[in-house]
Amino acid sequence: MKQYQSWGRYFKYTHQVHKIRWPGRAETVLQTTNRLVLPFGMGRSYGDSCLNDGGLLLDTTPMNRFMAFNRKKGLLRCEAGVTLAEILKVIVPHHWFLTVTPGTKFVTVGGAIANDVHGKNHACAGTFGCHVTQFELLRSSGERLLCSPAKNPDWFRATIGGLGLTGLILWAEIKLKPIAGPYIEEDIIKFGNLEEFFDIAAESEANYEYTVAWLDSLSHGQSLGKGLFMRGNPAKPPYTHMPHRPSGLRVTVPLNAPNFALNRLTMRAFNLLYYEKELSKIKRRLVHYEPFFYPLDAVHQWNRIYGPRGFMQYQCVVPYNDGYQAIKTIVHKMATSGLNPFLNVFKTFGDYPSPGLMSFPQKGVTLAIDFPNQGRATLDLQTEIDAIVREAGGVSGYAAKDSRISAADFQHFFPQWAEFSRFVDPKFSSSFWRRVTTR
Amino acid sequence: MNRKFFINTALGFAAGLGAARLVKSRQDRQRRLSFRNTGPRKVLIIGATSAIAAETARFFAAAGDDLFLVGRNPQKTAAVTNDLQVRGANRVEYRLQDLADTAQHANLLAAAIEWLGGLDIVLIAHGTLGNQKACQAGYDLTEKELTTNFLSVVSLLTPLANHFEQQQRGAIAVISSVAGDRGRQSNYVYGAAKAGVSAFLQGLRNRLAKSGVAVITIKPGFVDTPMTAGIEKGRLFVGPEVVAKGIYQAIETGQDVVYLPWFWGGIMTVIKHIPESIFKRLSL
Ligand SMILES: Cc1cc2nc3c(=O)[nH]c(=O)nc-3n(C[C@H](O)[C@H](O)[C@H](O)COP(=O)(O)OP(=O)(O)OC[C@H]3O[C@@H](n4cnc5c(N)ncnc54)[C@H](O)[C@@H]3O)c2cc1C
Ligand SMILES: NC(=O)c1ccc[n+]([C@@H]2O[C@H](COP(=O)([O-])OP(=O)(O)OC[C@H]3O[C@@H](n4cnc5c(N)ncnc54)[C@H](OP(=O)(O)O)[C@@H]3O)[C@@H](O)[C@H]2O)c1
Repeated sequence: MKQYQSWGRYFKYTHQVHKIRWPGRAETVLQTTNRLVLPFGMGRSYGDSCLNDGGLLLDTTPMNRFMAFNRKKGLLRCEAGVTLAEILKVIVPHHWFLTVTPGTKFVTVGGAIANDVHGKNHACAGTFGCHVTQFELLRSSGERLLCSPAKNPDWFRATIGGLGLTGLILWAEIKLKPIAGPYIEEDIIKFGNLEEFFDIAAESEANYEYTVAWLDSLSHGQSLGKGLFMRGNPAKPPYTHMPHRPSGLRVTVPLNAPNFALNRLTMRAFNLLYYEKELSKIKRRLVHYEPFFYPLDAVHQWNRIYGPRGFMQYQCVVPYNDGYQAIKTIVHKMATSGLNPFLNVFKTFGDYPSPGLMSFPQKGVTLAIDFPNQGRATLDLQTEIDAIVREAGGVSGYAAKDSRISAADFQHFFPQWAEFSRFVDPKFSSSFWRRVTTR
Repeated sequence: MNRKFFINTALGFAAGLGAARLVKSRQDRQRRLSFRNTGPRKVLIIGATSAIAAETARFFAAAGDDLFLVGRNPQKTAAVTNDLQVRGANRVEYRLQDLADTAQHANLLAAAIEWLGGLDIVLIAHGTLGNQKACQAGYDLTEKELTTNFLSVVSLLTPLANHFEQQQRGAIAVISSVAGDRGRQSNYVYGAAKAGVSAFLQGLRNRLAKSGVAVITIKPGFVDTPMTAGIEKGRLFVGPEVVAKGIYQAIETGQDVVYLPWFWGGIMTVIKHIPESIFKRLSL
């Protein structure tokens, strides 16, 4: 049976759970419960923003019906529990794609809106919320609000990136993007240090829709910040060949891999393998969208390799203006910490504004780092990085990822939180929200 | 004697059966039903808003079939219809009907067959898990439960059987339950209705075998659906999509009786073999 944990498996909380297959059930639960309530999608948030310790979770995944698909205009309307994976199955054969997608397709539409998620194309497409044309919100009072940029615009703004706190999104309509086929023309480029990374990033900005970089977090000194830069554009026919789509799910990590499964040695081996795998400096290839957008989805439950203690993901965004000094300091700190940062991903955010009041992205370079949970030291390092980010005028404390930011830091990074809290439904709350709003 | 013991023994037993089944199902798949012609199949789903039925219908939708749905709640039935349309069904139509009203069944079936232009497959899925205590308190509710879960099914199957017998092909699938395999104090009214359904289907299968019509009895175990919302979920519960896949495969391969998931076959074999003198003293 489904486990009501977040992706980092760090918090061990208990909940009462109600599965919501029909909106009427949610209405009844909201009316009768005297507990605090939170919607729960696929639990792909790393920290505690999808958790509600001691409270009630509304599991929205059974509420997963499509409502309408306008194949001419590329408008899709579906219930909030539909996953991006299901959407792709339906739309790709008709030459449509998600305008914005995060690095896993196993998230619900409700979850993607509530965290206003971003992908590898922020500069040209913004966040998921930028392409939501309307949705319906159920409040605990029983009131239903149809929200769009024109109708109830303040609720529209508050609910996009609204952390599941403004009410239950019942359904949403999203604008899709046309594609010629399911393939991506991808370049993989090696970079030897951070300077090279920034150069390639700048050079790729104009001509590539999708960019992302993977950083070897364990090398320091000369090769501090070496890694792979991946960029791509939707491929146009005629195709040189048809790359096959990797078949379904191939591997599942067994339940509760031991804590030592991910020791420094295996990580180094993994990082090396990843780096050495691409031998030439630039490699161009035609790939199916699956491995391009969702490389981690091939290994089911990969979060279990961190063992029962779990892990945390840290994500921040730092503006360009300081010559990347902050990023260099952070990468150096992380590489020399001995805390085994594992998967590290760079993306760039552009100017594209989101309607979301609490939305995370701002222009700059964003870095996401996975840390195995090693207790106090892991927490302290992230707090130190927060200080660097703060100094550089960046933002940390992305709710989709965060497990530990202090209330003071969060409120510094999201000064609009006070305005937002007026929209929080009196019966809704999360462990995350309680953590970042109480001093 | 405790319940855990039985379940464990049954699970062990079931594992053995499972291996045997695997071999059998491969053979079955090789002789796919011959009723499948090239165009969209004409499929009637009765009780289409049931979680299990709606999930099963998605397989037919993805295969591009024609679907006629029967439900009683307008919003829910329309929602399932739209979902199947978007998921690729060739055509979908629905009709609202409280199925306890058996007088309407003839009309209903005629409308479905007319719209579909024939009938290849029917799935009957509606049901209620009535409150056993309340049924014990008075016959009124008991009668209602038996009507919904047994008589309405018989009322539908009577003309359907004649239709299929005449056309000499097709598949009739009905969701019964493991609860019909042995009466228990906690839900014997529901169990009796499902036992009735299972026995009726057994006879019907016997009758229609010579006409080449598949009659498929589906016996799910514990499924996490609105019907069981009030029941605490143990480890044996599965999601409706799991059972749906089993139902779709059973229909495609023309099975007779399927337990879903398969290990319930083992569990029920054990449960059916407990001597009544012991069984009557268990708190089940
Ligand atoms: C491998 C991996 C890669 C990722 N890559 C990215 C990435 O590239 N970019 C990015 O931005 N994020 C990324 N994420 C994070 C992920 O996209 C977000 O955490 C997303 O919100 C998860 O959606 P979910 O359906 O799992 O929701 P959950 O994690 O279950 O919930 C998230 C929030 O949504 C709320 N919510 C869910 N449904 C509803 C509803 N119906 N109504 C109202 N509120 C609701 C919940 O209350 C909660 O606040 C990644 C995560 C993983 C595991
Ligand atoms: N869930 C289990 O553990 C389990 C186990 C074994 C067998 N089963 C059987 O599986 C079948 C499907 O149930 P489910 O689990 O999918 O539960 P479900 O989602 O609650 O579905 C039950 C369906 O029956 C419909 N229905 C009930 N009475 C009706 C009537 N008089 N007229 C028309 N429709 C009526 C309901 O319609 P509304 O939506 O309008 O109420 C609902 O769509 C049932 O036959 C059930 O007995 C279930």
